[in-house]
Amino acid sequence: MLTVPQAIAAIAVMALVTFFTRAVPFLLFDRGEHPPALVLYLGRVLPPAIIAMLIVYCLREAHFLTWLGTLFSAGTGLELAAVSSWLPAFLSVIVVVVLHLWKHNNLLSIFGGTVFYMVLIQRVFV
Amino acid sequence: MDRKALAAAFPVTLPVLMGYLAIGIAFGLMLEGIGYNFIWAFFMSLTIYAGSGQYLGVTLLATAAGLGTVALMTLLINLRHVVYGLSMLEKFRGMGKRKLYMIFSLTDETYALLSGTKAPAGVDPRNFYFAIAILDQSYWIAGSVIGAVAGAVLPIDTTGVDFAMTALFVVIAVEQWESVKQHLPALLGFGVTLVSLLIVGAENMLIPALFVMVGALLLLRGRLDQKQETQEKEDILC
Repeated sequence: MLTVPQAIAAIAVMALVTFFTRAVPFLLFDRGEHPPALVLYLGRVLPPAIIAMLIVYCLREAHFLTWLGTLFSAGTGLELAAVSSWLPAFLSVIVVVVLHLWKHNNLLSIFGGTVFYMVLIQRVFV
Repeated sequence: MDRKALAAAFPVTLPVLMGYLAIGIAFGLMLEGIGYNFIWAFFMSLTIYAGSGQYLGVTLLATAAGLGTVALMTLLINLRHVVYGLSMLEKFRGMGKRKLYMIFSLTDETYALLSGTKAPAGVDPRNFYFAIAILDQSYWIAGSVIGAVAGAVLPIDTTGVDFAMTALFVVIAVEQWESVKQHLPALLGFGVTLVSLLIVGAENMLIPALFVMVGALLLLRGRLDQKQETQEKEDILC
């Protein structure tokens, strides 16, 4: 665990960088100048790419491919225990997507998916 | 603080009240789970004030990440805010000292409210915007403190509550998917990161993924920009 001053430093960096990302457009383009087309283009196409990247990052511990590999290697059978490394997360992502397409309610989608995941890893795939 | 503006802003912010209490509570629970109590939750929500950013912050604190990593990861996750500011340049003009707070508090949800609602007749729009921003952050702080206290007091097993971060990103992705006609950027981000995870590994996967992604998007600019233009023309014709 970090020491208290280290943790405070980390939080200060998070606060400063977050404020910086919000202030950039005002620092650069608040004098009535039109932002360059390249900036507008990246501003349009980068956010969906970054969110997709972060989803993969969040699921990096779900060892689906490792599991797939063990299926094909000799001597290992299909066990429920091995599935538990990735199946709860995959199923929960599907629950979030379905809930959100259905109701478009952030609260319902996030809480529904999280509770579902917690039940799965605490009770079902123990 | 203008009471009339506050009264007008409150009903508008109700959806954010529900959402922020929920996501804030999940954040507080996660933070308490790695050994940081409600005082930390309070100050993080006061000074950082970013939903996904603070979720990531929990991971960064838990893994004792170096300050460089902290800065880079925070930058990556909040990069989308740059776009929000671009469309708020006009709205925040003439807000004086409060403008600094408006920029600081420009979260996804506040951005959505500011771009989607108009001040009712008889209420100064600037006071109205400021009231929305202040109310939203107070919900966020309240939620995170409640979560941290609940995590410490109630005997609940919080294993898996960190999935709330994944769920939040999935929700944002679904919203983005439905609001744009070009899905190539999202698919590209997904594919490139997956390849990076396989080649580079979980530890250092993000930087190479980001470089390849930006490079590819720059190379595809001709195609994606052109498609956007024809799309807009089609929309006008319809």
